[in-house]
Amino acid sequence: MVGIISYGAYIPRYRIRVEEIARVWGANGTEISKGLGVYEKSLPDLDEDTATISVEAARAALARRTVDPGEIKAVYVGSESHPYAVKPTAATVGEAIGATPVMTAADYEFACKAGTAAVQTCMGLVKSGMIPYGIAIGADIAQGEPGDALEYTAAAGGAALIIGNRDPIADLNYTCSYTTDTPDFWRREGKPFPRHGGRFTGDPGYFKHVLGSSRMLLSDLGTKPGDYDYAVFHQPNGKFPVRAADILGFSREQIKPGLVVPYLGNTYSGASMVGLCATLDIARPGDRIFMTSYGSGAGGDSFDITVTDVIDSDQFNRDAAPTVADMLKDKKMVDYAVYAKHKGKVVMME
Amino acid sequence: MTVPRFWRKQQSRYNLIGTTCSTCGQYFYPPRNFCPECRRDGKINEHKFKGTGKVVTYSIIRSASDQFSLLTPYVIAIIELDEGCRLTSQVICEIDAVYIGMPVKQTFRRLGTDGGSGAIFYGTKFIPA
Ligand SMILES: [Zn+2]
Repeated sequence: MVGIISYGAYIPRYRIRVEEIARVWGANGTEISKGLGVYEKSLPDLDEDTATISVEAARAALARRTVDPGEIKAVYVGSESHPYAVKPTAATVGEAIGATPVMTAADYEFACKAGTAAVQTCMGLVKSGMIPYGIAIGADIAQGEPGDALEYTAAAGGAALIIGNRDPIADLNYTCSYTTDTPDFWRREGKPFPRHGGRFTGDPGYFKHVLGSSRMLLSDLGTKPGDYDYAVFHQPNGKFPVRAADILGFSREQIKPGLVVPYLGNTYSGASMVGLCATLDIARPGDRIFMTSYGSGAGGDSFDITVTDVIDSDQFNRDAAPTVADMLKDKKMVDYAVYAKHKGKVVMME
Repeated sequence: MTVPRFWRKQQSRYNLIGTTCSTCGQYFYPPRNFCPECRRDGKINEHKFKGTGKVVTYSIIRSASDQFSLLTPYVIAIIELDEGCRLTSQVICEIDAVYIGMPVKQTFRRLGTDGGSGAIFYGTKFIPA
């Protein structure tokens, strides 16, 4: 069956506290942190961007399992912060993992769900027999305008999944999507920062699509939330995924391992996939995982995943790359001045 | 750095691909096509370095040209790869954390950009192992 052959995540070391950002803008940091359910967020080093994060995540996946890079015939990178407007990040990743030149590649954009769209593409290519392995990446160095609400959560990080059908560590049993044209969040070509439709981001955006896609999967498969050991939802803040889980009937225990946003921030295209990696870090054979991503604009992709015995076998070495928890612990706090310097670099690129 | 000049060395910079001489066992990075020891008897093959090594010596850069001024202060070190050849690279760590003999491993980073609208150059730097 088509499934996840290996996985890897990457989180830059730098963090800033939400309270520190609020202090600069004269806002009540404690209140904002509590309201968002986010306490710290990651930011990239001065020489890191979506391409370097993608490469590190892909290399982490390859460190955990021997896969001939020459057999990776598809590389897709989902992001809303590709370093170039025109020139594929996916080609840089392909070259840096030794998969070039016999491969197809493309960059995906669908706000925060471009990475899971890449997973679906790889599933299709593997299932149809067109490729032995594909790699799907979701990564971002998320942009938020100084002083805007997004600045408190916009973070950096990413995850890579190698998709194939030869002894996967987790079977991808099923996937479905729910998509409509919704103006909840956007960034116009050539503009450095995104805009959002204020109240539009909650009910008509996130909840309509996350719940729509999740319910569709449960109905298509005839499963109940209780049939799953873990659930992962897109996490733009600490509140939305918890509320979505509550509404659907998933418990706090089920979502706990994959809820990384409180000390990571929103890594946009990386968000649900890093949450899945954090869940795979602790999963046992037989565990069943429910995942729904969300991308503004708007849509949700849902997945039904079962962890196999291979995750504990000699074919796979989980310890060969750092866990998400390891990377969240290995951090260096910075103040707003250092943060602004890092951000300055990002804006200069536009 | 010009785009074509960088591109020719891209594979080698991205993946630490050098060469080795199977006659005497020496490793070369950047790659050499000729062994200075064995000369005409040298047999040169491509070699992908493991990407781990240690700091032989280092220097703290406190002022740099425009392109790198945002990075200051930063560490530049001579690194001996485990296979036994030396190269110069930035080591990404706190400036008071670096020491001679520090184990390091490769990481993928931006090496520079050709201004605000030019090409972005990627390649290998090192972090504490
Ligand atoms: Zn020789």
